[in-house]
Amino acid sequence: MNNLSVDHLIGIKGLSKEDIELIFTTADRFKQVINRPIKKVPSLRDITIANLFFENSTRTRLSFELAEKRLSADVVNFSAASSSVKKGETLIDTVNNILAMKVDLVVMRHPNPGAAKFLSERIDAKVINAGDGTHEHPTQALLDAYSIREKLGEDFTGKKVVIVGDIKHSRVALSNIFCLQKLGAEVMVCGPTTLIPKHIYELGVKVEHDLRKALEWCDVANMLRIQLERQDIQFFPSLREYTMQFGLDKKLLDSLDKKIIVMHPGPINRGVEISSDVADSDQSIILDQVENGVAVRMASIYLLASQINRE
Amino acid sequence: MDKRTILNSKHFEITLNRLASQLKENHQSFENTVLIGLQPRGIHVLTRLQRILENDLKHEIKCGQLDITFYRDDFRRREQPIIPSVTNIDFTIENKNVVLIDDVLFSGRTIRAGLDALLAFGRPNRVELLAFIDRRFERHLPIQPDYTGKIVDTLSSQRVSVEWKELEGEDKVVLFTEEK
Repeated sequence: MNNLSVDHLIGIKGLSKEDIELIFTTADRFKQVINRPIKKVPSLRDITIANLFFENSTRTRLSFELAEKRLSADVVNFSAASSSVKKGETLIDTVNNILAMKVDLVVMRHPNPGAAKFLSERIDAKVINAGDGTHEHPTQALLDAYSIREKLGEDFTGKKVVIVGDIKHSRVALSNIFCLQKLGAEVMVCGPTTLIPKHIYELGVKVEHDLRKALEWCDVANMLRIQLERQDIQFFPSLREYTMQFGLDKKLLDSLDKKIIVMHPGPINRGVEISSDVADSDQSIILDQVENGVAVRMASIYLLASQINRE
Repeated sequence: MDKRTILNSKHFEITLNRLASQLKENHQSFENTVLIGLQPRGIHVLTRLQRILENDLKHEIKCGQLDITFYRDDFRRREQPIIPSVTNIDFTIENKNVVLIDDVLFSGRTIRAGLDALLAFGRPNRVELLAFIDRRFERHLPIQPDYTGKIVDTLSSQRVSVEWKELEGEDKVVLFTEEK
């Protein structure tokens, strides 16, 4: 099977295991491409892509833009801060105006959960979700799993991954849970009770409130950022207290009897969820994640774009 | 489907040896020459030629594998996207003489894409083309081989398949014709 089973990349939930593996094999080839002297292929030279960012982003946006340019697509960028959204235009109107300029694929980040799905049902272009509120962030989960696969091998069966931190507000956590489970890994979430959704065990994940126990259990620890911008009330007494209970430092890491892999989707709050010496240690694959992000996004865009028919 | 062998294993070997000799004639010690096989089936021709040449010259020859999927001109014009194979060229081809190697030369579109793909590895001094089988009347582009194993005259509805001992159990070239 060489085709994705979906028309849009809205979330990991809608993908099959075969889809994810297809994206990974394709990403392998793109990773070769981006490590060559000339990091560009002409595949998408007749495709136009709009990056619509209704929410701030540096890494994801740069990563998408690089991926698009390395596939030779034409790219237009849009950010809400400097647009007519501020003047009261609706999402559909904004997007339809952009599509009237003949855009084939839309990459969108939006603060509202479900925004990408809403859009995909109403417009005549492919949609890639680059994060919709607290819902999903599929390409991040794909690049996380891809980075784990690079370190631990293709078979995820029995691999143990713990996601630490603000699970409640994290789209990265939800997408990661779906992705890792589909690939056969076991997933645990760890954080303060207030930041773990009450019914998360229904997704089949383990819940742990003691970071040490969680780390002793896992092969990979994915440390999430505390998303202060999404927290309307105080979920824990102070950042200092959070760091003491759920921050990963070198002392804790070295006291484990095995070498686990440390990940972080960025941006890092050094000294909060992860200490500087851990982030820069040889167990951290944070920068690999960033590199793989471009390859995985190239693969996702390439596979979706190959479905666009220009008859 | 009518199936006819147009090159048996004996002639297959003779042909490979002849191609190797022709390459040697033009490139002598292969000092500044690299051989590049096109994925997926061209690399088998490459592997055999490499073995013959290295046995003969008693030193290694630079060889690489090139996948042209991302450079094809029929992206989005096919039912299914093609899953790319591995590209394995761990040297630059800047100022090198390159011999592109494929099993069957048909429309010439693969070679065009291959020439495009090569540019990502530098500017070669010269590029030559070796085709094990040349279906000469089926060309869509002005591309001709410098070395040819066997020329076959075919209809576009026919199919030519190069089969390998390692993969299919026997070295041979088969011509398939659709029965009416």
